[in-house]
Amino acid sequence: MHPAPSIILFTVLSGLGFGLLFWLGLGFPPVTGFSAFAFFTIAYLLAIGGLISSTFHLGNPQRALKAFTQWQTSWLSREAWLSVFALTFMGLYAIGAVFFATRIAPLGWIGSALALATVYATSMIYGQLKTVPRWNQPTTPALFLMLSLAGGALLAGQVTYALILITLSGVLQGAVWYLGDTRFAKSGTTMETATGLGTIGKVTAFEPPHTGNNYLLKEMVHVVGRKHSQKLRIIAITLMAILPIILLLLPFSHTLGALAALSHLAGVLTSRWLFFAEAEHVIGLYYGKREST
Amino acid sequence: MTQLPTHTEKKLGLVIDLDTCVGCHACVVSCKGWNTENYGAPLSDQDPYGADPTGTFLNRVHSYEVQPNQGVAQLIHFPKSCLHCDDAPCVTVCPTGASYKRVEDGIVLVNESDCIGCGLCAWACPYGAREMDSDQGVMKKCTLCVDRIYNENLPEEDRQPACVRTCPSNARHFGDLADSESDVSKLVAERGGIDLMPEQGTKPVNKYLPPRPKDTWDQIDILAPLLDPVAEEPKGFLGWLDKTLEKL
Repeated sequence: MHPAPSIILFTVLSGLGFGLLFWLGLGFPPVTGFSAFAFFTIAYLLAIGGLISSTFHLGNPQRALKAFTQWQTSWLSREAWLSVFALTFMGLYAIGAVFFATRIAPLGWIGSALALATVYATSMIYGQLKTVPRWNQPTTPALFLMLSLAGGALLAGQVTYALILITLSGVLQGAVWYLGDTRFAKSGTTMETATGLGTIGKVTAFEPPHTGNNYLLKEMVHVVGRKHSQKLRIIAITLMAILPIILLLLPFSHTLGALAALSHLAGVLTSRWLFFAEAEHVIGLYYGKREST
Repeated sequence: MTQLPTHTEKKLGLVIDLDTCVGCHACVVSCKGWNTENYGAPLSDQDPYGADPTGTFLNRVHSYEVQPNQGVAQLIHFPKSCLHCDDAPCVTVCPTGASYKRVEDGIVLVNESDCIGCGLCAWACPYGAREMDSDQGVMKKCTLCVDRIYNENLPEEDRQPACVRTCPSNARHFGDLADSESDVSKLVAERGGIDLMPEQGTKPVNKYLPPRPKDTWDQIDILAPLLDPVAEEPKGFLGWLDKTLEKL
C-alpha cells in the first residue's frame, strides 16, 4: 500500500495524543492549573493535528462532515464520532482541572475509555480489510492500542508504566512482523483463485491492461522501499523501544525523558511507514506483482 | 445507506466468456466513451499525450498465460470490471453513505455528490474495480450503464451496458442472475460459471465462464505415423557432415 505521509502522521500523532489523554483522564499525573493546561494542550495538538492531517488525503475534504453519517457499518465513521466524543469529554474534564483545580474523576474515566476506543476504531479501518491479509488480524488493533498507551505514558511522564508498555509494544511489534510475513500466503488468495483459471494450470501475467501506470498500481501495488524493509525494521525497533528503554533506565532527567519521547516518536513513524509500505493488497495478483506468487 | 440490503429483487450483472474473448479491448474503449460523457464526473486522463499517461477506467482487460501440466500454454484474455457483489465490502466501509447497493436491481453505485474521496472503498475491493478520478477526487466505478439499461430514449437493442453492446466476439452477456430462467443464468449453469476470489466472501454477482477444454494432441494423430522420421541415422552428405562436425 502507498505510505501516504498524511495518513502516517494522522495515525501516529492522533494515536499519541489520545494515548496521552487516556493517562490524563485517569489522573496520571494528577495535574491541575497551569501544568494541566500544558499537558492538555500537547494532547489536543497531537490528537487534532493528526485528525486534520488525515483530511489532506481526501479528494473532496469540503464534504468531510458527511463522514459522520455511516457509523452503523463504517469504522471510519465510528472513528469520527468517537474522536469527537473523546475530545468533548476530555475537554470538559480539562476545563475543570485547568480553571477550577478540580478533577471530575468520572468525566476523566469516560474520556479515557473513549480515547482508547478512538484508537481502536482507527486501527480497525485497516484491520477490517480482508483484501490486505497482513492487516487483517487482531494484532493490528493490539499494536495500535499498545503503541498509543506506551507513547501516552511516556508523554505523561509515567516512567514505570512507560517502561513496561514500551517493552511490551516492542515484543508485540516483533510478533506482528513475524506473523505478518506469512499472512498473504495463508490467506489462500492466489493468482489461480483471482482469475479462476487454476483448474487449467499455473497462471502467470502475460500482459497488463495498459502500458502506463494507474490509480490501482500507485495506491495498492506500492513496492518502493521493500528491499530495505529488514534494515528499517531494525531502525524502527531500536528507536521505538530499545533506545527509549535505555534512556528511561538511566537516572531520570527531563532531557533524557524528552530524548526518549522523540526517539519513540521517530521509531513509531518508521514502524507505521513499514505498516503501509509492506502491506500487500490482493489486487496486485491481477497484475502479477505479488511476491508470494 | 451503507448497510447492504438483505435481499435484492434482481441481480443484474455480467457473464464474461473467457473462451471467446479475443482481447481486443473494444469493451474498454466503449465503456470509457459512454461513461465519460454520461453518468457522473467524466473519466479524466492525466498527461494523455505525454511521457507518462494515466487515466480512469471502469473496465480493463488483462491477459494471462496458463500452463497446464501437460500440453501447450494457453493465452487467456480477462476483462475485469465491478462484479456488483452481494456482500460488497466497498459499500459497508464507506463513511459517508456515497456507496450503496440498490435494492431493486443489486447495482452498486457511488453518489458522487456525497463522496469525500477517502479511497477506503477502493482498498476494500479485492478486484480493483474502483478507481479514484484524480481530476474530480471522487470514486468511479462500473454503473452497469444504469443510464442505458433503463433508458427509453435509446432503441431497445441499445438498452444494455456499452461493453456488452460493443463486444464483437459475444464474450459479454448482461441479464438478471437472480432469475434461474434468464439466459445468463442458463449460460452460467451450462458452462459452469465461476466466482473470482470466492475465499474473499464477497459473493460476486458477475460470473466468468472458464475456457472450454482444448483438443488433445492424440486427436490429430491420423497422419502422424507418416510424419515419423524415415531414417534415425543421417546418411550420405548429412551423415558425413555429422561425423565431421563430431570430430571437431
